[in-house]
Amino acid sequence: MANAVEEAGPARSLTMADGTPLKVALARATRRSKIRAFLLVAPLLFFILITFIFPIVDMLLRSVDNPEVNDAIPATVVELEKWDGESYPPDSVLSVFLEEIGDRSEEQRRNTGRMGARLNYEDGGFRSLINKSQRAAPKILESPMQFALIGLDEAWEDKDTWSALDGLAEQPDFADILPKTAALLQKWETGNSPFAEKTPGAEVYTEIFQEIAAAAQDGRIGALTAVIGRAHADVADLVQRTADSAGDIAEHPLKYALIGVDKEWGEVETWKTIQLVSSPVTFSYYLNAVDRTYDADGNIVMQPEWKQIYVQLFLKTIYVSIGVTIACLILAYPISYLLATLPPSKGNLLLILVLLPFWTSLLVRTTSWIVLLQTQGVINDTLVFLGIIADDNRIEMIYNMTGTIIAMTHILLPFMVLPMYSVMKTISPSYMRAARSLGANPLVAFVRVYMPQTIPGIGAGSILVFILAIGYYITPALVGGQDGQLISNFIAYHMQKSLNWGLAAALGTILLAGVLAMYWLYDRLVGIDNMKLG
Amino acid sequence: MAEHKTPFVQFNEVQKTYDGEILVVKDLNLDIQAGEFLTMLGPSGSGKTTCLMMLAGFETPTEGKIMLGGQELNNVPPHKRGIGMVFQNYALFPHMTVAENLAFPLQVRKMSKAETETKVQRALDMVELGAFGGRRPGQLSGGQQQRVALARALVFEPDLVLMDEPLGALDKNLREQMQYEIKHIHENLGMTVVYVTHDQSEALTMSDRIAVFNDGKIQQLAPPPDLYERPDNAFVAQFIGENNRLVGVVKEVDGTSCTVDVDGHIIQALSVNHEGVGSRTTLSLRPERVALDPAPGSMPNVFDATVEELIYLGDHIRTRVSTCGDDEFIVKVPNSHAHASLNRGQKVQVGWALDDCRALDA
Ligand SMILES: Nc1ncnc2c1ncn2[C@@H]1O[C@H](COP(=O)(O)OP(=O)(O)OP(=O)(O)O)[C@@H](O)[C@H]1O
Ligand SMILES: [Mg+2]
Repeated sequence: MANAVEEAGPARSLTMADGTPLKVALARATRRSKIRAFLLVAPLLFFILITFIFPIVDMLLRSVDNPEVNDAIPATVVELEKWDGESYPPDSVLSVFLEEIGDRSEEQRRNTGRMGARLNYEDGGFRSLINKSQRAAPKILESPMQFALIGLDEAWEDKDTWSALDGLAEQPDFADILPKTAALLQKWETGNSPFAEKTPGAEVYTEIFQEIAAAAQDGRIGALTAVIGRAHADVADLVQRTADSAGDIAEHPLKYALIGVDKEWGEVETWKTIQLVSSPVTFSYYLNAVDRTYDADGNIVMQPEWKQIYVQLFLKTIYVSIGVTIACLILAYPISYLLATLPPSKGNLLLILVLLPFWTSLLVRTTSWIVLLQTQGVINDTLVFLGIIADDNRIEMIYNMTGTIIAMTHILLPFMVLPMYSVMKTISPSYMRAARSLGANPLVAFVRVYMPQTIPGIGAGSILVFILAIGYYITPALVGGQDGQLISNFIAYHMQKSLNWGLAAALGTILLAGVLAMYWLYDRLVGIDNMKLG
Repeated sequence: MAEHKTPFVQFNEVQKTYDGEILVVKDLNLDIQAGEFLTMLGPSGSGKTTCLMMLAGFETPTEGKIMLGGQELNNVPPHKRGIGMVFQNYALFPHMTVAENLAFPLQVRKMSKAETETKVQRALDMVELGAFGGRRPGQLSGGQQQRVALARALVFEPDLVLMDEPLGALDKNLREQMQYEIKHIHENLGMTVVYVTHDQSEALTMSDRIAVFNDGKIQQLAPPPDLYERPDNAFVAQFIGENNRLVGVVKEVDGTSCTVDVDGHIIQALSVNHEGVGSRTTLSLRPERVALDPAPGSMPNVFDATVEELIYLGDHIRTRVSTCGDDEFIVKVPNSHAHASLNRGQKVQVGWALDDCRALDA
């Protein structure tokens, strides 16, 4: 039954004379040309894929990628996950942490360095903190007491403290309570030679702590401080305090040791920051790019005042781009009109003049503006010569925003002229004639009949210039000076100088999103189909 | 009587050159009466558009004066001339709707909104596009655009309307329909129309008078029947309608008639425009005025001919014969019983009256 329907119905497949179905024959006939067409575009496709799509995808990934902490201290990150985030992290965290950053292997040192750089974006002190800790870690793990005592009180690091104790070492009262310390101190080379050690070796710290702790236990600490206090009240005080905290130190030697390396380690915030940055994906680059950051609790807060530059910079970039676009529009409109209405011979000559800048190096054009605009430049010289301005009152026209806008307008002008010209050329002069014959004076005819028809050209030129301007780099870099720098200059700075590629990627991505938003907006308002680029 | 009225439009010794070398319009004198439908007809490049543009104000005459309603126009800018104009490509403003296009001339004249609306609607109704006011020109067919252009040129009620090949882009049927509509509107409104075309049948059907242009000059200015029946020179005879040309030498002139020797054949013709005995002349003869095998003695000119080609055209048979040394001689044979059986190669006689054969310039 089904067969019969199939044969009788219109769906029955048609066949060629030799019996091959028509569809198969068609596919065979067009396959070759399809393959050829693909081969023709393949190189370009490949090129675009490699030079355009991949970099953009890479940039998008980089702006959220956050591998540094995880790479450097994976075990610590695991331990930190068990931490409650409120109290000070337990010793298990600290020991793993010290073990990891203390590893002297080439790879670990590189990873640790990167982690330091990454943490530094969150808080300026982190790089040196990590570097110090990296160096101290093996020593802490070997005998933590030296750092622990320093962590308790920096006075333990002072030469004076130890000279005082050294001076007491011979006294029987002292040696009685701290026998091993006294013995070690007597062996310690002290003196006033510049090569002498400031503080004794780690073993002295270990001994003195144990003996002070023991003295505190059996109540002889009062006698000890009395002995020391006779000559050095401050040292006696120090010993008393050490005795008071002895229990705590013995219980958490690593915590005190880390504090001894740097006080920052004593802050719970420091650990919270590390925990925060340890997630493999982060939005902190984006937050930074809009002048915000995570505080230690993971809330989004404003950056400190002195670090708030990017929002300002984005706004400035947008204003400059709008300014340049408007300037280009005002300058390009009459030129394009002239180009489109002149007889072809003259029009083509003018068009060459418009295109001439295209054939000149961007660098040459930009630097020629320097020659013209600088305070000792052609324009200022002329104005001074004509007596319009005083010699000591020359106008600052370059290395500031003015210079950037002037040079960018000049360089982007052809991008405005060409689309407008191509649109205006298609507008028949008979429209203007019709308008005039209908009674409109030249101005009304122009405004009501000619201008509306140039909107596709205005739109195309404006969006082109705006998009180019918003990402412009060389010109602001050369003539922008301090306040003429735009967002792309900072992207370049983070790419090349600060090596904060994550932030550069985030800034770039925001820029890209902005351009796409512009494009979308244009499509909604004017329609991309109406855009005429040439 | 009409000659005594001051003409509405007057071209007075007008010359025009674009490049300072070639005169595109030469010594143009042309009077157009109020309410007249005058057509400028001529081959491409003969200066018709140039004349129209000078009248509209988009070109200035190199020399001479143009008057409109007794006022000299030379220094009046186009928008103050109050001349309606229909362009060949319509020139409808693409960014405005049909109604906005029509309202434009009224708005620039600061007409009130209500009045504008009624006038626009009336103009649209006149061209039978009352329901299309909200459309864009791009959404209309060619004929509809044409009618909108016409309505726009008329909506501000100008006394003079210029049309430059307004029907050039339309197909034949639509063109004929539009010709009728334009003519109809002209009759109803009574404005003066200057119409440019290079389609002679269009000119013949529509015009009160036709100015035939060639090479920057008016060759003849006359009502359509005169132009067809009594062409002043060989160009007009050739340009308007079909025409047999026989070139010969004037032998004898006798009042209004003359005798011409064409390749040894002596032909009696009407003496119109030649330079006297011994000069070369072109004899012009309409194909439909040639009789086949005329009754002996009924016509002064009768010659032997051989049928070369027969083209069947329904109502008549276009017959190409060779006679008087010309093998492109056309005879229109009515498709009647008497002439049913012509054959190729057949020997026949052709004849024509003296009045139908005009001796013109060579
Ligand atoms: N703007 C111009 N500059 C120079 N020469 C021109 C210009 N406009 C027209 N011409 C020349 O003047 C002559 C007459 O042109 P015009 O347009 O009046 O012809 P036309 O009779 O309207 O022809 P068509 O039937 O083809 O429209 C032509 O030889 C043309 O080349
Ligand atoms: Mg023309």
